[in-house]
Amino acid sequence: MLNVQKIKRDFPIFQKIPNLIYLDSTATSLKPREVMKKGREYYENYGANIFRGIYSLSERATEAYEETRKKMAKLINAYYAEEVIFTKNTTESINLIVFGLARYLIKKDDEILVTMMEHHSNFVPWQMLCQEKKAKFRVVGVEKDNGFLDFVDFERNNNLKINMDKLKKWVTKKTRFFSLTSISNVLGTINPIKEIIKAVKEINKETIIIIDGAQALPHQSVNVQDLGIDFFVGSSHKMLGPTGVGILWGRLELLRQMRPVFYGGEMVEWVSKEKSIFQNPPYRFEAGTPAIAQVVALGTAIDYLIKIGFKNIENHEKELVRYAFDCLKKTFGEKIKILGKDNILFRSGIISFNLRKIHPHDLAHFLGQKNICVRSGHHCAMPLHQFYRINGSVRASFYLYNDFSDIDKLILNLKKAINFF
Amino acid sequence: MDIYKENILYHSRYPKNYGRLKDKTHSIRINNPLCGDQIEIELKIKKGIIKKIGFVAEGCIISRASSSMFLEFIKGKTLKELGQISQDQVIKLLGVKLGVNRMKCALLPFLAIRDILKANVKKNNQ
Repeated sequence: MLNVQKIKRDFPIFQKIPNLIYLDSTATSLKPREVMKKGREYYENYGANIFRGIYSLSERATEAYEETRKKMAKLINAYYAEEVIFTKNTTESINLIVFGLARYLIKKDDEILVTMMEHHSNFVPWQMLCQEKKAKFRVVGVEKDNGFLDFVDFERNNNLKINMDKLKKWVTKKTRFFSLTSISNVLGTINPIKEIIKAVKEINKETIIIIDGAQALPHQSVNVQDLGIDFFVGSSHKMLGPTGVGILWGRLELLRQMRPVFYGGEMVEWVSKEKSIFQNPPYRFEAGTPAIAQVVALGTAIDYLIKIGFKNIENHEKELVRYAFDCLKKTFGEKIKILGKDNILFRSGIISFNLRKIHPHDLAHFLGQKNICVRSGHHCAMPLHQFYRINGSVRASFYLYNDFSDIDKLILNLKKAINFF
Repeated sequence: MDIYKENILYHSRYPKNYGRLKDKTHSIRINNPLCGDQIEIELKIKKGIIKKIGFVAEGCIISRASSSMFLEFIKGKTLKELGQISQDQVIKLLGVKLGVNRMKCALLPFLAIRDILKANVKKNNQ
């Protein structure tokens, strides 16, 4: 287990609100002091615009901005730093792929594949494109009991196996794109991405695969080369970094085919009355002044995470989620309905549940009054909740600043809630 | 600060005007994008006066209580009077202080009625 007391001292919010129990890191993480300090350092010491200035302040800002690109490239093991594009958030990253690349490759009757466990950000843009192009929008189902994708078989010896017969029903010769999440933000299911990609490429090696890594990037080490994927997207604010920065990684040859969605300053090489020539990736996708301070500070968040160690973070969260699972089951038995499988091997630090007939909003509000922050509602995954035939759920999620006592307090107050409502 | 006061819990458990109308003249269904909750409101409007109200809701305590209190409050009012009711009045009926996010739950019935009014004006102008 991590030394949570020590880690908490790095997060100023715990000094301001000492009894804060923050169980909503899946929505956004808290920020360590160093990260905020870094953003401030930029404004105070070299707060100039990047690229354009020849003076030293601007050069320093440019270097700091590009330094984060290199750090991110190294973190996810990109082939080249130029493959890392800074966007506004994960949603924008996906939209850039959909409307900068997929829009020009998709034809009528082509197929695009997503899954039932996607966040709306990896669902709606594809759905819109399919409507526009009269392409087929297909949604891979989820196994209700275990929370795995329906072509992933769970074997008794704790192995996951891709069921090729089932997968072949989804992936066909017409499947141009398959966009799926690495970790479900509701079920916590960790998809066996590497195996899935291998199997998909066996059926159709032309299928372009996008991994939504918003929930993976903060919690586990990611290696895009090893996974063999084409695109990877994520967010800074979920991984201890500032808000306002998203990550888009793509293989360079695909980024070269991709067209910009936003046009304007900084992304051009040559502009005349007759025509404009765009810069090479990544710059052609970063039109206008980006979130410089935030990107610079994201570099510090990456350093912080590496210092703690992804393996340590992952193990810590697994301990927490195992404990939470056991306690919730033991305390509430039949009164609690937890979504997904209780196999910790394939679950990230996320637990979504319904307690008796208490509305998720009321439960979350009740807990909120005790400074326990949980999420309630559909968590931007309405299709999944419709599939489970529920309006919403309460979600508790864990990160490196949580410990067993947070879960104890959650349980204690859930008991009080049952008595109250 | 507790929003689950006795009267709110009471209205949520035993909402007034709960159920559907046989002779409705207007109806609307509204969603809360926050949670996917739904409220359906049915009205019988005669000579510009709200004669009957019925609602069914799949929602949290706040949205149910607010529907119960607000709809009871507007029963018998004229459409003109209805147009003058403000958001603040709806919140006042509940008598608790709500945050911005939870406000959406409380205002659901108000927004639904406002949509009915708008549609009504449009119909009369056509």
